Amino acid sequence: MKRVTLALSLALAAGLTAQAADAQTLKTVKDRGMVSCGVSQGLPGFSSPDDKGNWTGIDVDVCRAIAGAIFNDPTKVKFVPLSAKDRFTALQSGEVDVLSRNTTWTISRDTSLGANFTGVTYYDGQGFMVKKSLKVNSALELNSASVCVQTGTTTEQNLADYFKANNMKYEVIAFATNDETVKAYEAGRCDVFTTDQSGLYANRLKLASPNDHMVLPEIISKEPLGPMVRHGDDQWFDIVKWTLFAMLTAEELGVTSKNIDEKAKLENPELKRVLGSDGNFGEQLGLTKDWVVRIVKTVGNYGEVFDRTVGAGSPLGINRGVNNLWNKGGLQYAPPIR
Amino acid sequence: MSTEARKPPPQIALKIRRILGGKAGWNGVAVQFAFAAILGWIGYEIVSNARANLENQHIAAGFGFLRNNAGFDVNQTLISYTGSDTFLRVFVVGLLNTLVVSVVGIVFATVIGFIVALCRLSPNWLLSRVGEIYVEVIRNLPLLFQILFWYLAVLAALPNPRQSISLFGIAFISNRGLVIPSPIGQSGLAPFLAVLALGIVASLALRVYARRALFQRGQVIRIWPSVLALLFGLPLATMLVFGLPFTFELPQLRGFNFAGGSRIIPEFVALTVALATYTAAFIAEIVRAGILSVHKGQMEAGSSLGLSRGATLRLIVVPQAMRVIVPPLTNQYLNLTKNSSLAVAIGYPDLVSVFAGTSLSQTGQAIEIIAMTMGVYLLISLLTSAIMSVYGWRVSRSLGA
Repeated sequence: MKRVTLALSLALAAGLTAQAADAQTLKTVKDRGMVSCGVSQGLPGFSSPDDKGNWTGIDVDVCRAIAGAIFNDPTKVKFVPLSAKDRFTALQSGEVDVLSRNTTWTISRDTSLGANFTGVTYYDGQGFMVKKSLKVNSALELNSASVCVQTGTTTEQNLADYFKANNMKYEVIAFATNDETVKAYEAGRCDVFTTDQSGLYANRLKLASPNDHMVLPEIISKEPLGPMVRHGDDQWFDIVKWTLFAMLTAEELGVTSKNIDEKAKLENPELKRVLGSDGNFGEQLGLTKDWVVRIVKTVGNYGEVFDRTVGAGSPLGINRGVNNLWNKGGLQYAPPIR
Repeated sequence: MSTEARKPPPQIALKIRRILGGKAGWNGVAVQFAFAAILGWIGYEIVSNARANLENQHIAAGFGFLRNNAGFDVNQTLISYTGSDTFLRVFVVGLLNTLVVSVVGIVFATVIGFIVALCRLSPNWLLSRVGEIYVEVIRNLPLLFQILFWYLAVLAALPNPRQSISLFGIAFISNRGLVIPSPIGQSGLAPFLAVLALGIVASLALRVYARRALFQRGQVIRIWPSVLALLFGLPLATMLVFGLPFTFELPQLRGFNFAGGSRIIPEFVALTVALATYTAAFIAEIVRAGILSVHKGQMEAGSSLGLSRGATLRLIVVPQAMRVIVPPLTNQYLNLTKNSSLAVAIGYPDLVSVFAGTSLSQTGQAIEIIAMTMGVYLLISLLTSAIMSVYGWRVSRSLGA
């Protein structure tokens, strides 16, 4: 009944406080000594705990980078696992400071939830997974299929749109958590499992025999995944937004967690500006001058993070594709730090 | 000589004073009103403050979202529903799904519960041990675990639709559920239904008449031949005159699933079975306690009148036990209804799953949706206890207590 508790605390917070959510998040975080970060309940590559309870993944690293920028210590993060249904209420009620939980940026979520997306950590799109034994090669052959989906996601709505637009019938079975959905798919309750394509690859690893299943080629939606913060605290919004931009800028400049000390010594004006020996952009954010150095030393640049969590260096082995930098044929683009 | 007691003069003011003020008199009344006013003011402040704060944070508020399109589908709907219907309709769909699983669950739980209780009380050693084991095993395992067991164990055992088990070629069982032929109304449907309703009403009237004859004049009337004629003969005759009331559409395997026919989804079956068997274990103990609370002299009196054990139980012991059974039985009915919200674990589209789950995260309006959902459960529970109270009152009255 976490949902009820969250709704109650939201109602209490809204009803009893004279002025809710004023620009205090950074101060609250510093007083607490921890960034409270909403993550998924276990999606390999994005946010999942390993057997020792350490969280890893690209969404997790965004939170660690924020903690690195503020405290210079990647361990100062409290991870709060949230189901798809509970995530926004947890952010609204102040239980988490930032929601970094493979959440799709849409206009309704940006405008009606009292929260803002700060950027895109991963450009994704929705796909379908089926058993190879069904001999299906395209999503357009899925008429009358049963589809397993996690409830409370954009996936559920895209699914309805796609089948309606293509004049196909289907049966939807919606589960509360990702694990229940995968389990029902594996038990044969449905023919098709649908979620973001990165999630399909991640979940395929959880199946007993991953090679009996295949991901269909169609991508039926745009799913830009990114972190969210509450409305009304522009300073905190800036910090979360520029943490991701700092990681992208570092990759663009070739700054990695290994070579950063050498790069900082170079007499390159752009490097000096970004790495804090020139100007005080960090202090204007409410952080320190060396904020980019802290971030890169904590988690590495965007490319390193991608490679380690979802890319070639991880079990998922997903190509950079559209997630490559803008000057390498992808969509990832950070505004200049100057 | 008897004099009629004079009616006391109306004392409305005094009554109000006593009800509201207690021993404190008019001062007490004033305090009560002040207290109510303060409560009302606090409530108003909280609501208006919440509204203002939500508005400041740009969190959508109010119930306008109920008119928006839902944009997602649901796999069991008792009324017609598509993704382009409103959230209000989602609410009704979810509510009906909750109600149907609760009502079916309550019926089965009661039947199983009574049977298990009678087993436990049976002088037959084997039967009573079986009843005991049932109760002890089922009531001591967590309900969620049982729901998942029925769902995953039963699903795993069933074949996929292409290899489904055929029952005489008209019904099919697979891991997509049970598919049965669905009736399609023909021209003979209206007269058939009318005659059937007439037959039911007439049979009930006959039963009332027979009971009255038995209790007032001691006359035993055999009614079952006439009832049989009314319930089966008459509709059959109508069918001969007006033609078949409906034909059946047979399910056929097409593509991935069966097309045509009606389907009972496995989520519904798993949830109903789990809820019914679990609650039945508690009901069995309640019924057993109720029956044991009736003095054993009643049982002996029954057998000395020459009644069989079954007849004594049915006519003498159980009616007296009902007085003890009904209040805790009501609790179990309420528990079953509320436990049905565990449906979300196996993807059964109940109120909590589709409304407090999917709709909530699509709209983000947690306060309104959770309040509506809680209000509905409160209403269902209050209605159930009202019905059971009326039933309990009738039981007590008929026993003259």
